[in-house]
Amino acid sequence: MASVPGLEPTPDDIHGHSVRRRDFIYVATGAFAAAGATTALYPIVSQMNPAADVRALASIEADISAIQPGQAIKVPWRGKPVFIRRLTPAEIGAVDKVPLSELRDPQTLAQRTKPGKAEWMITLGVCTHLGCIPLGAAEGENKGPFGGYFCPCHGSAYDPAGRIRKGPAPKNLEVPQYAFKSPTVVEIG
Amino acid sequence: MSFSWSEPYKPEGKLWRYLDDRLPIPRMIWDSVGGGYPVPKNLNYAWNFGALAGVALAVQILSGIILAMHYDGSAANAFQSVEHIMRDVNFGWMFRYIHANGASFFFIVVYIHIFRGLYYGSYKEPRELVWMLGVVILLLMMATAFMGYVLPWGQMSYWGATVITGLFSAIPIIGTSLQQWLLGGFSADTPTISRFFALHYILPFVILGTVVLKVWALHLPGSNNPLGIDVKGPQDTIPFHPYFTSKDGFTLVLYFMLFAIVVFFAPNMFGEVDNYIQANPLSTPAHIVPEWYLLPFYAILRSFTVDLFFIPAKLWGVLAMGSAILLLLFMPWLDGSPVRSNKFRPINRFFFFVLVVDIAILGVCGGKPAAEPWVRIAQLASAYYFAHFLIILPIVSRVERPLPVPRSISEAVLEKYSKLGSSIGSARGSMSAGAAVAPMPAE
Repeated sequence: MASVPGLEPTPDDIHGHSVRRRDFIYVATGAFAAAGATTALYPIVSQMNPAADVRALASIEADISAIQPGQAIKVPWRGKPVFIRRLTPAEIGAVDKVPLSELRDPQTLAQRTKPGKAEWMITLGVCTHLGCIPLGAAEGENKGPFGGYFCPCHGSAYDPAGRIRKGPAPKNLEVPQYAFKSPTVVEIG
Repeated sequence: MSFSWSEPYKPEGKLWRYLDDRLPIPRMIWDSVGGGYPVPKNLNYAWNFGALAGVALAVQILSGIILAMHYDGSAANAFQSVEHIMRDVNFGWMFRYIHANGASFFFIVVYIHIFRGLYYGSYKEPRELVWMLGVVILLLMMATAFMGYVLPWGQMSYWGATVITGLFSAIPIIGTSLQQWLLGGFSADTPTISRFFALHYILPFVILGTVVLKVWALHLPGSNNPLGIDVKGPQDTIPFHPYFTSKDGFTLVLYFMLFAIVVFFAPNMFGEVDNYIQANPLSTPAHIVPEWYLLPFYAILRSFTVDLFFIPAKLWGVLAMGSAILLLLFMPWLDGSPVRSNKFRPINRFFFFVLVVDIAILGVCGGKPAAEPWVRIAQLASAYYFAHFLIILPIVSRVERPLPVPRSISEAVLEKYSKLGSSIGSARGSMSAGAAVAPMPAE
């Protein structure tokens, strides 16, 4: 601390700086202020997280009673599409025959569906490459070379189980958290 | 900065020297709020409110930016989006209460700051521009606060916007078109909210810029002091840091404590319940009032009830309200006394306190319905307000013979503490006057 012109020299000026009881007060004050600032930071960060009204829409229920084998529907969930696809027995058979060693992201159909519900293939409709929506859920869309989904942005091709088979995407289509509320209603999220 | 004895900035270490040669921010801080800014050593706690006002502005800007992230500025959604902030957004209720009450606290601090300036003659030469920039800040604050109050789109918001823009319709010939220009329509609606929101967002940064100019202008002559006499030499000052940083820090803690009490336990204390009703263009609330900090000026506005000299009462009110604030700009010249501080001007001091009471009365009247006896009281108080600035102050300041003024700050301080010191000394044994004058931050 500088000496003050016009005033008597402080003990610091005379003896030089050494640890004093006052230093403890400075450190304690600084620590208290830092703790306060950190506490204030929590709500400032938290307010940018999804608000309660957004979180309230975090799970939805979808009616799947009208979907015939071979058909799929798109359901909006958290601002993204969910593909609910009812596989035909032929598709299930074809998917099960693919050896895991051929897959980039090895998963069996059973691992990607609920027990006893292997025909219900529910995935996020978001390409794991850069987030485009693959084609193949709606009637008449290009299902790609593996009969599942085809992403038009960069050419990733998925099989009917939503597994990546070709193209730049690194992972299979994500399976969201879901549960069957009844044989015809599924709760997603 | 301004004083030859101010402690020069000495960068210690390679990094600080490197920075000092290229981007001397540490030097600027040192010279403006550090050890390089000498401040009169006799400042009392009234001088803490400038720094508090700066903090209040920072709190408003920060909480305001957060609210703007969640607010929807359209007539259809504004009210609901504020309820969304209150109910859904994480800690949204806290930020809204901080922002709404922060405005009131900002005005409390600024009004105390203004009354301090008035009492101790801080507006007088050589600080006229510091004072006038302060009046500009006050006007900007009022405009910002008014537009912010419109944004929640409650009943008070809507009718406040209608009434205040209606003031401009009092101007002859162009009045009505001017009001429509301000509102962006025939009545307040989405265009009004959008422009008020845009201006409410940008004006605080204009205030911030004006604050920078004001502090810059202040640092040339340095702070005024309770004695109102000029600093004569190094014996009259102490460095801003650590003495006033720690003193300001202390009042800042007290300020935040008071603020927290209101925000968390009485958040609607300053508010009007009617603003929790969504704006309804077809129905005016029975009793509409502005926020408390505008009440004295609102009372002046309403005091003109009859046409005078071919000028309609409505225009008189608007002119009077505007001049009530603009009068402050002329304080440096209305006050003709050679002495700044009212400590040495007993007659002027008496009228200063009468003015404070008068403004308080105006504030009370502004919050009451426009009916007797409040209208008559407000008229008398308004008349006195103008009489103070235009008649009493110019005459008293030129006629009154001030009490003898101390030759220097340090002389006055030494005298005060030698009296204190001798009385303490007789009770507690020996204590030198010097030690009493210079409490040092050491054991």
